[in-house]
Amino acid sequence: MERLEAHDFNEVLQHSPFHARADNLCKLKNWTSWNGYQTARFYDTLASEYFAIRSSCSVMDMTPMEKYRISGPDAERFLARLVTRDISKLRVNRVTYVLWCNDDGKVLDDGTIFYLKDGEYRLCSQHHQLDWLLISSLGMDVTIVEETREVAALTVQGPTSCSVLTEAGVVGLDQLKPFRIMHTNLNGFDLMISRTGYTGDLGYELWTDPDNALELWDSIFDVKARGLYDVRPIGLDALEMVRIEAGFIMPADDFNTAETTVRADHDRSPFELGMGWVVSFDKGHFTGRRALLKEQGRPIRRRLVKLMIEGNKPPKDSFLYDRQDGRRIGTIKTNIWSPILKANLAMADIDYQNGSPPSEIWAEIYYQKELEWRATWAKCSISEKPFWSHPRRSATPPLPY
Amino acid sequence: MTSCRVIVVGAGHNGLVCASYLARAGLQVQVLEALDNPGGAASTIGFADGYKVSGLAHILHSLSPKVCEDLDLYNAGLTMGLSLQTISLDQKGDHLQLGENTVSGEGLTEKDIAAYADFKRDFRGYARALEPLMMNKPPRLKDMDFPDKVTLAKLGWKLRFGLGKSAMREFLRVGGINIHDVLNECFDDDRLKGAIAVDAVMGHHMGPRTPSTVLTYLHRLRGEIHGPQNIPQGGMNQVVNALVKSATDAGVSIRTGCRVSRILVSDGKAQGVELESDEQIAADIVISNADAKTTFLGLVGTQELDAMFAHRIHTTRTAGDVAKIHIALNSLPVIKGLSIEQLGQRLLIAPGMRYVEHAFNHAKYGEYSENPVLEITIPSLSDSGLAPPGHHVMSVCATFAPYVLKKGWDGNRSQFLARVVAVVGQYASGFENQIVASQVLTPADIETEYNIAGGHWHHGELAIDQSFMMRPVHGTAQYDTPVDGLFLCGAAAHPGGGVTGIPGHNAAQRILAMNEE
Repeated sequence: MERLEAHDFNEVLQHSPFHARADNLCKLKNWTSWNGYQTARFYDTLASEYFAIRSSCSVMDMTPMEKYRISGPDAERFLARLVTRDISKLRVNRVTYVLWCNDDGKVLDDGTIFYLKDGEYRLCSQHHQLDWLLISSLGMDVTIVEETREVAALTVQGPTSCSVLTEAGVVGLDQLKPFRIMHTNLNGFDLMISRTGYTGDLGYELWTDPDNALELWDSIFDVKARGLYDVRPIGLDALEMVRIEAGFIMPADDFNTAETTVRADHDRSPFELGMGWVVSFDKGHFTGRRALLKEQGRPIRRRLVKLMIEGNKPPKDSFLYDRQDGRRIGTIKTNIWSPILKANLAMADIDYQNGSPPSEIWAEIYYQKELEWRATWAKCSISEKPFWSHPRRSATPPLPY
Repeated sequence: MTSCRVIVVGAGHNGLVCASYLARAGLQVQVLEALDNPGGAASTIGFADGYKVSGLAHILHSLSPKVCEDLDLYNAGLTMGLSLQTISLDQKGDHLQLGENTVSGEGLTEKDIAAYADFKRDFRGYARALEPLMMNKPPRLKDMDFPDKVTLAKLGWKLRFGLGKSAMREFLRVGGINIHDVLNECFDDDRLKGAIAVDAVMGHHMGPRTPSTVLTYLHRLRGEIHGPQNIPQGGMNQVVNALVKSATDAGVSIRTGCRVSRILVSDGKAQGVELESDEQIAADIVISNADAKTTFLGLVGTQELDAMFAHRIHTTRTAGDVAKIHIALNSLPVIKGLSIEQLGQRLLIAPGMRYVEHAFNHAKYGEYSENPVLEITIPSLSDSGLAPPGHHVMSVCATFAPYVLKKGWDGNRSQFLARVVAVVGQYASGFENQIVASQVLTPADIETEYNIAGGHWHHGELAIDQSFMMRPVHGTAQYDTPVDGLFLCGAAAHPGGGVTGIPGHNAAQRILAMNEE
């Protein structure tokens, strides 16, 4: 009831605690909804935001990210049974990437587990998962609280992110290793920082009480005002570019999440997403284990792959074939032009034959020239590694760029 | 840690049937029972000093003849009793006497008498057409194996050619609807309609107007295909004794008074059980005669199950609605117009369909029926050992008495008993003064004393969405479960409750067939 009363029904999209600043800097007012929050697709130009992430320092409001507080005597047992990955070695103040499946071993969502303190975790997910978490909590002494609104979060990413945050007043950040958490105090308020991100580059995620949100934003942008480093707010579109470069999957964009899938066989298992490395069969039972064990014994039928497409024509939503005018073997799900690699990159769903990828992949690309449609063929190649990565992502301390 | 090839958790009749079949097939089987005596719902209990009665089940409707023969129960001491008539009581003494095909009673019209014969013939025909579903695992609709296809083919054949075109059409019309509408079409006499409606709703959270009560009626009626309702000579406990003898003769060892606290699972496979005493017994196969909630949520634990499966088990409807009431009497009750022989039959208090529906109305809102529907037997008439000389015991199934009573059962058992006594007193004058002792087992008590979640007759409501290939839930409807080596053999599995032995039989066939593969 309290939540209902707190909600203004005239407000179609919610404002994050950073909204006053974001609204001020968002020149194009190109808003969209992210989990019900008014979120910028971009602030001024996509190129400047992209290069802020790759060459300087970017700031993005990630408050809309779904966040759940999981606590109680069975919290670890609950999470171990929820996710496919072995989390028994996760220590306090560390973060791990996980995904979770339904009974059929099909992926519901992915996210990160933050081990905050003994018996207390935060689970961040791409999509709303409260119902699944509650269903999974049957018979467990665990408390699950959605805390999306109770935590303000910013992600600060890019080569100079460590330098910027240090200038903003964070002490000891250069010693923070990847996937670790530190608690600090900035201008008198508590701030939690994790060295995590969705860009494949050096970066941090900052978590605090919504009351401190504007102060946090201001102390970061003050570094720019002082003329020390460039700092730019970025929107969802720039993030989409760097996450594909880094090879991170996006549930519901790259593949149908199991919960939203209606048609048979339109959902995907972790193996089919190339995420077999987060499935551990020797850690005890987890939801979907039986189905995944069975699937593991059979040759894989298809996979979400990282695909590099020759040429400069954008392969948006392209069908994929085993040769020019050949048999259709897949579809491009998401694609970008990578400015740093000067290449067309995509996430694509591809049929495998007898457990092996096709020997050739061709994309049929439709594109316009001065309002006239044309078609062309482009050869594609699968990239097993992330398209782009940089040693500074994992270096501690990161070099002072 | 000791070890055994097969462990059966629970020595209810289905557990014993299953164990007996497996032992006869050469497997080493041990049955573990939490209570001090085997037999579960069919075992005899003492409820007051000198007075005994069958704890829950007091009439044998449909013990499978195949089970009786396969397990040699007749040579193990089982003798069926005489056919029991159903007598629906009337306050004025115009009782109805319902037999297999005939009905008699003051004030019945020729039309209703003829309609009764037609009705029973037709409905027994429908029940017979469904028989292929009974003695087999319910066929899966996806990924069918060969036996599933055979079962479906037999069912289709029986429906189309066994029934014939017009009867099949009629069956398809009435199959999913409620017994209230059907009985109104067939009969005029409300006493008759009330008496038949009892068979459709007793044991279920349903009134005559509830959809699918035709199916529950057929479930009860199917026993008549194989023989009349009766109380076996020596009482219901003779079924248990014969099953125990048959099982032990076949090499089954039965341990009573040892409660299984956990079914041990690792790597997705059942490894054995742990007793309350912390003793562990390893086994290749663990078979649970317990209901699905007790088995999966209690003994296995959600940790070893997929989340949605555990959730679906959790949300099955298992709240019972029938209280079992035992009354010790210092003399036979006197019911106007009933002979002593008639007193020994199955007596009903359900004087009309509206009466039954009104009784159910209370259950919808978490109350017990102000005027409950009663099924009464006086087993001491056929087995004098149940009560001291001259005294008698009355066994009453009283519905509706919901598992979750809004005002709580504590302190309210005696109020409900008072309602039952008052209702019986309307037919048997001076009844109240004959009472020496009594016992009320509400569904909540049945849950505690018999380890049946919800205290439900059928270990779970027999509604369409919890029947056949969805019983108890899809994914464990063919007696095997998502845990390798763990099986269900009780009433929670297809085709449900009643002292039939069929779930136990089917589970054993399934286990043997899977063993061969």
